[in-house]
Amino acid sequence: MFIGTVLYAVVNSVILALLAIGFNLTFGISGVANFAYGALYIMSAYLSWMLLNLLELPFLLAAVISILITTLCGALMYRFVLLRVRGQALSEVIATFGIGLAILELFRYLGFVGFEYTLPVLIDHSFVIFGAYIDMQRILIVIVGAVLVIFLWLFTHHTSIGLAFRGIAQDERTALSLGINSDRIATLSVSFGAGLAAIAATIIIPLGSISPSEGYDVLIKALAVCIIGGLGSTGGVIVASFVIGFAERFTDSYISSHWTMIVSLAAILIVLTIKPSGLFGKQKELEERI
Amino acid sequence: MHPSPLLKVAGLYKNFGGVQAIHDLSFDLARGELLGLIGPNGSGKTTAVNLITGFVKPTEGNIIYNGQNISGLPPYKIIRMGIARTFQMVKPFYQLPAYKNMIIPLYSPRVKKRVGGKYGDRDAVALDLLEEVGFERDAFVAYKSASVLPQGYLKRLELAKAIALQPDLIILDELFSGLSLAEVASIVPIIEKLRLEGKTIIMIEHRLKELFRIADRIIVLNYGEKIAEGFSNEVMESDAVKKAYLGAEA
Amino acid sequence: MRNAQLNSTDSKHRRKERIDRGIKARSSDIFALSSWREMLYLAAPRCIPIVGCLMLPLVLGIYWQKVLLSVAVFALLAISWDILEQSGMISLGQALFFGMGAYTAGVFNHYFGWPPFLTIPFASILGGLISTVILLPVLRLRGIYFSMVTLIIPLMLVRIVEATRIFGGTEGLSGITPLPSKWLELYLIVGALLGALFGFRRMMGSDYGLVLKAIRDNDRSVMNAGINVYWFKAQALFIASAIGAFAGAFMTHVYMFVGMPVFALDYSILPIAAAVVGGPGTLAGATLGAFILVPLSEILRGIGGLRIVIYGLFLVVFIVALPEGIFHYIQRKYHQFERWVEV
Ligand SMILES: Nc1ncnc2c1ncn2[C@@H]1O[C@H](COP(=O)(O)OP(=O)(O)O)[C@@H](O)[C@H]1O
Ligand SMILES: [Mg+2]
Repeated sequence: MFIGTVLYAVVNSVILALLAIGFNLTFGISGVANFAYGALYIMSAYLSWMLLNLLELPFLLAAVISILITTLCGALMYRFVLLRVRGQALSEVIATFGIGLAILELFRYLGFVGFEYTLPVLIDHSFVIFGAYIDMQRILIVIVGAVLVIFLWLFTHHTSIGLAFRGIAQDERTALSLGINSDRIATLSVSFGAGLAAIAATIIIPLGSISPSEGYDVLIKALAVCIIGGLGSTGGVIVASFVIGFAERFTDSYISSHWTMIVSLAAILIVLTIKPSGLFGKQKELEERI
Repeated sequence: MHPSPLLKVAGLYKNFGGVQAIHDLSFDLARGELLGLIGPNGSGKTTAVNLITGFVKPTEGNIIYNGQNISGLPPYKIIRMGIARTFQMVKPFYQLPAYKNMIIPLYSPRVKKRVGGKYGDRDAVALDLLEEVGFERDAFVAYKSASVLPQGYLKRLELAKAIALQPDLIILDELFSGLSLAEVASIVPIIEKLRLEGKTIIMIEHRLKELFRIADRIIVLNYGEKIAEGFSNEVMESDAVKKAYLGAEA
Repeated sequence: MRNAQLNSTDSKHRRKERIDRGIKARSSDIFALSSWREMLYLAAPRCIPIVGCLMLPLVLGIYWQKVLLSVAVFALLAISWDILEQSGMISLGQALFFGMGAYTAGVFNHYFGWPPFLTIPFASILGGLISTVILLPVLRLRGIYFSMVTLIIPLMLVRIVEATRIFGGTEGLSGITPLPSKWLELYLIVGALLGALFGFRRMMGSDYGLVLKAIRDNDRSVMNAGINVYWFKAQALFIASAIGAFAGAFMTHVYMFVGMPVFALDYSILPIAAAVVGGPGTLAGATLGAFILVPLSEILRGIGGLRIVIYGLFLVVFIVALPEGIFHYIQRKYHQFERWVEV
């Protein structure tokens, strides 16, 4: 029981990290809070589903195409909507929120609800590890999560775009004076965030089904992780995912599944009260230049 | 020597990540004194002001104001005790007329009662204060939107906002930067008048000539450290200062 | 007072010039009022909504009376949103305030038997206080933390009510005492709307309101006046959440029921859409937006869920293309005329 709980807690934590990492990347680089994030996640899942079931493409191809389309949608969203309201917090929040709302509710209106809307697992197999059953998909999730985090780290530390990302994230004005085009970087950051949402969807959706309300859930989870970890901090996202992931699974196993949401909410309220900027938030430490 | 200084800074340190913005800064400030704080760009002058006014928390050290340790207090508490400052980068409320910008300091708990709370009353006080710092009443400059005012008036507005708080200690952070000689010349009398009223003043300036004329004492900062202190002209003779200034500006 | 403005959509050689109407210049100084026309000019924008709101219940049928009631409720939520927005807090969760008020009223009526005239004011204050306390830590942070937290808290509260079966769980609490009469109900909410609209417009126009708006634009400068920014933000938050809680408490007694739907996303989205479409920053715009969107969604009832899609698109289009909203446009037409001038 204990080993199983730990195992599932790890999977749960990696899922949370996968859900939050795209939102966090976008915010960390360009300061855009993409409230359409959950909608992009669901949109990519529906896209894969349609390519798979209507055009009957092989699943991997369908997944790659929908990840690319979603990435492109992120870029278009920045170019055609966010660019016009850049720097106005109110407008950015409302515009992304409105886009997300329209996407999710459109799918609901079109009747895309039900158990048949799901994606296949990549390898249908399961193991027993230390006496606990676990299926291949969950192991795959952990592997993809770990690979993505390592990849992102290498990307931001060793490629020129990645370094430009970090430059903008740390000091926009200096980066600008060094000739880094902040609009291009911001476009990329929103589209990479969207792409990460799509990758997460491809790998996580097979455990459940696609539904518009799942889109809101994903946004809630991503926000919760970012609030606890501290916006814009990748380390914070990972730590916060494990905190919530373990807390949820352990409450589920040892207390009652009813209490999992309460645990998350309590975690948010406690972190906000003690350290409002999150466990690893930089808001307080980096005092504003006056 | 004065029995009790108005402000006493003792062993102040501030690090931003790896940058030592202030390193072991100590000085006393007597009541009624005008202290000039100079140093090359990035030497930590603004940080020193931010530390005194609570906008930035010190890494270490004490700031005693009027016998009370104020280090680590939030800005609003410190300002209520009678310290007012201007900002180097003025950021007025551009969409509001100049006199409406004055409402914010006049709404301060420090002066709210003294100004009188009735609606409209505050506008009159604001106009009077602005006239004092050189907003010509006949030309209705105070009614103009801050977005159309030239830099000279914005700096005066910044000064008027500090004066409106009826402070005992006024800290002026590069008030003269970006102003013409004539504009500086018209603001100097306002500062001299403040001195006559008994206010204690700290001035951060790059315009050394004007500063040396009115300052009682000068402190020179370099890389966050106090490298010289003394009367205006003596300070510039010191080797360390020459090196810091020539090194930084040559 | 000339207010010339380049019109970018048109040719380079002409521009649109906006000039205050003479009547505005004359009547903006109270001592210069000399004719009935000028008095009317000043009084009309205030009297028409008042008289209109008070007359509407008398002329509307039962169905549209219900619509008016929900217009007023959403207008109150939109006003609450606008007060927050003007103080620099962008709420994505008006449902939190609405739901807190609704549940407080429901609980005190259901378990303790308090009558509506006690539960409604009490729930406005307690619901407002609880919401404020929950959000208090976020006030210290700038930026979008407030939006994030307000968005997720009501959605989480729904699950918590569902999971713990607290206060009736998924079933909710029914059998809540209704208000004594339909007329009282209507006039109570319409009166509350008018009171909130004019009262809080006045507040936001006063020096107090100026401080709140200044905090939004540049909190550093307000701190520098010795003003405790957090305390002022907390006050604005309490005012706004109490307005939302009032709306919720009222609806509990209208529906004679309170349950999980009070935390639904609708109560968050429609008020934002109303304020954005009407024009944020005036409270009147928010009210106008509710008067447009709520009846519109009644008319569009046939298309069901597509309504929310349309709200979403409205939000995007208005915030990008018409960020000033409808009210500003009307206001400008009322006070100024335009003409083309050659350059
Ligand atoms: N908020 C801050 N975060 C990080 N570094 C800062 C901050 N404020 C100032 N510094 C650094 O501290 C040093 C002193 O800056 P400052 O006090 O503004 O100098 P001055 O006002 O004398 O020109 C500089 O190296 C500056 O980059
Ligand atoms: Mg400076």
